[in-house]
Amino acid sequence: MLDISQLSKTFADGGGLTHTALEGVDLRIGDREIVSLVGTSGCGKSTLLRLVCGLDQPTGGDIRLEGRPVTGPSPNVGMVFQEPRLMPWLSVTENVRLALLDLARREQDRRIADALEKVGLADFASALPRQLSGGMAQRVAIARALVRQPSVLLLDEPFSALDSFTRLKLQDHLVELWEREGFTLILVTHDVEEAVVLSDRVVVLRGHPGRIHREVDVDQPRPRSRTAVEVQRLKEEIIASLDLS
Amino acid sequence: MSVITLERRADLPPGVQGRATPRVPLPRLARLRAFALPAVLLLLWQSLTSAGVFPDYLLPAPAVVANELLALAAGGVLAEHIAITVWRVAVGFAAGALAATLLGALTGYSSSARAYLDPTLQALKAVPSLAWVPLFILWFGIFEASKITLIGVGVFFPVYLNLMSGIQSTDRKLVEVARVNGLGRFDLIRRILIPATLPSYLTGLRSGLALGWMFVIAAELMGASQGLGFLMIDGQMTGRPAIIIGALLLFAVAGKLSDALIAAAARRLTAWQDGYGASQESGRA
Repeated sequence: MLDISQLSKTFADGGGLTHTALEGVDLRIGDREIVSLVGTSGCGKSTLLRLVCGLDQPTGGDIRLEGRPVTGPSPNVGMVFQEPRLMPWLSVTENVRLALLDLARREQDRRIADALEKVGLADFASALPRQLSGGMAQRVAIARALVRQPSVLLLDEPFSALDSFTRLKLQDHLVELWEREGFTLILVTHDVEEAVVLSDRVVVLRGHPGRIHREVDVDQPRPRSRTAVEVQRLKEEIIASLDLS
Repeated sequence: MSVITLERRADLPPGVQGRATPRVPLPRLARLRAFALPAVLLLLWQSLTSAGVFPDYLLPAPAVVANELLALAAGGVLAEHIAITVWRVAVGFAAGALAATLLGALTGYSSSARAYLDPTLQALKAVPSLAWVPLFILWFGIFEASKITLIGVGVFFPVYLNLMSGIQSTDRKLVEVARVNGLGRFDLIRRILIPATLPSYLTGLRSGLALGWMFVIAAELMGASQGLGFLMIDGQMTGRPAIIIGALLLFAVAGKLSDALIAAAARRLTAWQDGYGASQESGRA
C-alpha cells in the first residue's frame, strides 16, 4: 500500500523566486494496482513520481510505503525514465548490474540473466547501448528497474519517445510483466488511451500548482481492446476533463 | 502467456549479436592517403629548389636536408639529441599531467574544492606560460629542472581544465540513475564519472602533449647544449638551414607519433561512443 497524504512540493530557484509544482495531493494506491497520472505539461505529474521514488524531497505532507515513510531511493521502488538512461560505456548486462551492486557477484549474475530473459533480451546481454533500438534500450531500462523485484514500479512517460508500433508492443509487454511479477505500477503519461488501456485507475492532475482534479476507475477486464467502446468513451471523458483550453 | 518477439537489427546478425561491430581494417592503399599531401609538398619543395627559386643558403634541397640528418645520425649524435628532447617532454608531460589529474579530479568532483582552488588556478593560467621562464631559471638553474618545470606547466592547464569540466558536465540524468539505484560514492566514480569524463580527459591529454612539444622547444632555444631545439639554434648560428629544417621535420614526426599513441589508446577506451566519426568508420568498411 502506497499512501500519499497532503503532499506538496515547492521549488526555490536561485533568485529567491519559488515555484509550487504540487499542492495538497492525497492518493492511496493498493498493492498490484495500476494507476496512471495524466495531465497537461507542468501539472506536476513527473514531480509526483520523483517524490515517490525518493529523488526529490517533499516540502509538505508525506509518502508512506507499507507504512514506512519514503526518505530516499530504495530497492523497493523501481524507476524507468522517459529516456532509457543507459550508460553508453556499459554493456546491457553491466547496465542492469548497476541496480544490484550490493549483492554477491553470483547472485547479481543470476538475477541479471533472469531479468534479461523476462524482457526478451537474453541474446543481447553483451551488446552496447548504441547497438540497441529505442524499444530495446527501454526494455533494458525496465529490466534494470525490475531486477530488484520492487514492490512499486514507477514509469515516467516511458514510451513517449518510441514509434507507435513499438509503443503498443511494450505496453502489452509491461502488462505481461505486471501479471507475472505482481508489482504496483504507477505510470505518468501524456497518452490518455495508453492510460485507459493499462490502468485500473486514471488520476487526472490539473492546475498550477498541480492538484488531483478527478480519479476515473477503469472497470474493464484485461486484455483490453484499444478500440472497445468503453475504452474510447473513458478516453473522451478524461480528455474532456484535462482542461486543454 | 505470449512469447515476446525480439526486435532484431539488421546490423546484428546472430553470429555477432551482443558483440561490438568489428572494425574491418582499411585496405593498405587507403591508409596511404595520409601521405599524399606530404608527397606533393616534397615534390613542390624539390622543384622549387632545383629551379633555383630560392637560394641554397635559405632553402636547401630535400636531399641536402636528408644528407645532413644522415650525417648527424651516423655519428650517433642525432639519436642523443632526439633522446634528450623526448625524455624532457616525457618527464614534463608525466609531471604536469599527474598534477593536473589530481587537482582536476578534486575540483571537478567537489564544489568546495573548486571554490577554494579553481579561481587561483585560473589566475595562474592567465599568466603566459613563457613568462615563468626567468623565475624558473632563477629558482631551478639552467639545467633540466627548469626545463621540465616549464613543460609541466604547459601540460598542466589543458589537462586540468578538460578533466574538471568533463566531470562537471557529466549528464545529470545518468547521475540520477546512480542515485535511484543506491550507488555508493566509489561506484558512482568508478562506473559513471570516470567513463563519462574519459573522452574530455583524453582530449586534454592530447592538447597537453602538444603544448609539451611546444614548450620543450622554448626551453631548449633558451639555453641547452643538447636536444632538437639546441640543434636548431646551432643550425641558425652556423648558417646551416638544412639542420633547422631537419629538426623541424623531426619535431613533426615525434609530435605526430606521440599523439598517435594517445589517440590509439583513446579509440580503445572510448569505443562505446556513438559519434559521427565512428559512423564514418563503419560506413566505409
